[in-house]
Amino acid sequence: MDAQPEPVSYICGDCGMENTLKPGDVIQCRECGYRILYKKRTRRIVQYEAR
Amino acid sequence: MPKVSALNMPDVPMGLPSHMELQRTRVSCDKDAPTHTENVQASGAYASVGVDNSLRLDQFRKNFRVTVVRLTEDDMEFDMIGIDPSIANAFRRILISEVPTMAIEKVFIANSTTLVQDEVLAHRLGLIPIKADPRLFEWKDDNKVSNEKNTIVFKLHAKCQRGGPRLTVKSDQLKWLPNGSEFIDEPTTATDSTPATGSTPKTFTNFDHSQASLPEFANNPIVPKHPDIIISKLGPGQEIELEAHAVKGIGKTHAKWSPVSTAWYRMLPEVVLLQDIKDELAEELVKKCPAKVFDIEDLGKGKMKATVARPRSCTLCRECIREENWEERVSLRRVKDHFIFTIESAGQLPPQELFTEAVKILEKKCKGLLDELS
Repeated sequence: MDAQPEPVSYICGDCGMENTLKPGDVIQCRECGYRILYKKRTRRIVQYEAR
Repeated sequence: MPKVSALNMPDVPMGLPSHMELQRTRVSCDKDAPTHTENVQASGAYASVGVDNSLRLDQFRKNFRVTVVRLTEDDMEFDMIGIDPSIANAFRRILISEVPTMAIEKVFIANSTTLVQDEVLAHRLGLIPIKADPRLFEWKDDNKVSNEKNTIVFKLHAKCQRGGPRLTVKSDQLKWLPNGSEFIDEPTTATDSTPATGSTPKTFTNFDHSQASLPEFANNPIVPKHPDIIISKLGPGQEIELEAHAVKGIGKTHAKWSPVSTAWYRMLPEVVLLQDIKDELAEELVKKCPAKVFDIEDLGKGKMKATVARPRSCTLCRECIREENWEERVSLRRVKDHFIFTIESAGQLPPQELFTEAVKILEKKCKGLLDELS
């Protein structure tokens, strides 16, 4: 098992600020205190058909 | 006295009697409905009058004419005279759905934080006309690798700065990548994540050499036909990063490959004044026509006469024959074998080349049929 899980960054639903959270952290924006955070989009390339 | 047919007398001119000739060559547009709309195809249709109605190749060669009326960069109007409607329609259908062009088919989105959904964005990109001659490219099957002969790669990277105004992304921001894709095709399994040493990392295309080195594109880079098509709008902080791969296709598969905005034809209108229309009646006639087909000829001494000045602009609205007694004065007809053909190119190829391509496709189809039969 990995001893240290990687911190994941989330986007604040209110101010758009980037927040890095570790397991056990309070889900709250550091900038504005908003409690809804969104996961970021995958960095993988997504393929679409232009139809 | 020997019996001689009335239609076979030496002093009677041969050929179809004029009223039958009119029915054969013209559609007459009457007040209620058009009549004599059918084309007489049977070779022996007029055998009893001694007229041969068969279609002969040398006759067709002698009589067929094409005259260009208007030709601009994207727009063309020409007359095709002496051709069957089925063939004129075949050209129209081929132009719309079977002349190949290049259009964006695959979109690889690395990042898109706009409000426009990825699918919608990809669809919008597909509809952008690409100024590239499709004859220089090969067809790409689904299982074939993308190479410099069958794929055009575009890159789009736009970012709206925070604190700045909104950014409109237009089609001129699509940048042609003559060396192919720049995105690394990550292997799906995590085990072989180390790239092969020495070789360049694998991308989504497999270009042997740059498209820009080809003489056709050296001084003529591939760009979208129109630089000002709005693709998306970005708010502050939003970003689009993607690659778009264009391939060859036909309009039958998807309308984005159709090389024309539209192509259509109409039969030549013929307006005939059956009697002299004078003075007040002439003025009334000129006033009736919304397409301004008629003019007034001044005969002097306050006398006037109506003339047909612009029959081509007649839309056959039949307004001039709607009222009582006017059907005896004006006759509206259409010439059955004279087609006014209009091609509006979407921009990939000039309209005159589109038409020659359509002719080549029909020729190929006919050859294919002959091969099949023999």
